Amino acid sequence: MLQVKGLSKSFDGFKAVNNANLDVQKGEIVAVIGPNGAGKTTLFNLITGIIKPDSGSVIFKGEDITGLPPYEICRKRISRSFQIVNIFPRLTVFENTQIAVLARFKKTWDLFTPSKKIAVEETEEILKSVGLFDKKDRVTGLLSHGDRKILEIAMALGGNPEFLILDEPTAGMAPEETSKCIELIKSLSEKFGITILFCEHDMEIVFGIANRIMVMVRGSTIIQGTCDEVRCNQAVQDAYLGGSDVCLM
Amino acid sequence: MEKVFSRKKAIIWGFIGLIILFIFPLFLPRFYVYLISIILLTGLLATSLNIVLGYGGIFQFHHAVFYGAGAYATALMIIKSGLTPWLGFLVGPLVSVLLSLIMGIICIRLSKLYFGMLQISLGSLVWIIVYRWYSFTGGDDGIHGVPLPDIISSPTSAYYFTLVITLISIFIMYKIIKSPFGSALQGIRDNPVRSEMIGINVKRHQLLALIIAGFFAGIAGSLFVVVDNTVFPDMLFWTLSLEILIMCLLGGWFSFLGPMLGAAIIILLRTFVSTFTSYWTLVLGILMMFVIFFLPNGVLGYIEEKLSKKS
Repeated sequence: MLQVKGLSKSFDGFKAVNNANLDVQKGEIVAVIGPNGAGKTTLFNLITGIIKPDSGSVIFKGEDITGLPPYEICRKRISRSFQIVNIFPRLTVFENTQIAVLARFKKTWDLFTPSKKIAVEETEEILKSVGLFDKKDRVTGLLSHGDRKILEIAMALGGNPEFLILDEPTAGMAPEETSKCIELIKSLSEKFGITILFCEHDMEIVFGIANRIMVMVRGSTIIQGTCDEVRCNQAVQDAYLGGSDVCLM
Repeated sequence: MEKVFSRKKAIIWGFIGLIILFIFPLFLPRFYVYLISIILLTGLLATSLNIVLGYGGIFQFHHAVFYGAGAYATALMIIKSGLTPWLGFLVGPLVSVLLSLIMGIICIRLSKLYFGMLQISLGSLVWIIVYRWYSFTGGDDGIHGVPLPDIISSPTSAYYFTLVITLISIFIMYKIIKSPFGSALQGIRDNPVRSEMIGINVKRHQLLALIIAGFFAGIAGSLFVVVDNTVFPDMLFWTLSLEILIMCLLGGWFSFLGPMLGAAIIILLRTFVSTFTSYWTLVLGILMMFVIFFLPNGVLGYIEEKLSKKS
């Protein structure tokens, strides 16, 4: 469904992503792991168009989407949530999600119909499915961190994605919030058939829900394979245990 | 606003306010009728700025250019074309729209402060053209005694004309803020990166917001021609832009009617304090300091906060 081929991006000579390769099949849950600074978030930014790659290509359902602006990519039904909470802090939970739904319906050019009357059902349904319905009128700047991370996912769902990218969905969550979040991710995959690409530091979560894993070190893909393949790989172990300089530059 | 008042209460108070506004000219002297007209149209101008500033998060630092352009276009159309004066009131806002489209396309490439700086420079360019082009715009003399249709030429009828147009404009702007476009705009204000990521073409939405703001600024400019019969280059000088900006901040730039209140406060201050001292801006400065320190959401923002706590 999504293929990333030889993607590279450098910032002032620093190769943040260097020849990254990734292949995600429809319906899969794929995890991207790697030490801090390995370029995982940059890779997601490249796929979603927030930054443009220097070279390489991103192909989604047979279509080259490399370097398209984010709003175009979103319309191809690729959504993402952010590692650092990235929401509309002055608006309510409902409004945050509703804007995403309105954008999908291409209603944001409508100047005179009251917002209150459009896309209410869809928005409420999303909020129910992620479990934020009872907090829908709260201003999001005042929510707990865990709820804001969930709202991140709700906003991403507003675009009715086929392909969902989650950047450290459980980072900073309390243990019970984490397990709720994992349940949510699983149900998105099982119930709605959404293909999910995520990155995460908690290996328990990664090995618990991912079908396949891609490992990045210093911007490069060193392996993509099933959980067992990755677990036994020497290069991965070296990277994580701080072994000898194995980076495949 | 809905959260502050119950709907019923808001309607009742709004109705009382409207009645008061409509009977003002019956007992107030001419000067006050003129003053309230100026407050209304300046309030309209500040509200139009606030669409992009408070709701759009765009640093529109030179909003007065669109006001002045609208006023000049109206006045010039009436004087030079020889066609019906009513056409001038159509051309004024349209010229503002055109100007905001052109300036918008150029400025929108930049964001935040850089947008504001570029806009000030382009706006000053427009100002200097108006200021220097004696044969066409009258230069620094401006244009005096613009002939108006009889029906709106007396101060009282000019007041009613201003009042009605202002109310309609305010109502339309309120509708726009509450529309999906308004929601998207507020999303862009809060977080442009995220807005793009959920499928919103940020630059185009911002451009439309600029055009809308320019349109209503142009209406305010046309209304000034009705009330004052004159236009002068100071109407598109950047100090006026700063003044409107202060109106928004003072009144409360996250409240819909905040800029209106800010306009009233500043114009009343200027009118009445300046009879005692020519340093009236000193009073404004001190007031502004208090607002920044104690009422970060502006005067109306503060009142709303108090009311919502009570209920």
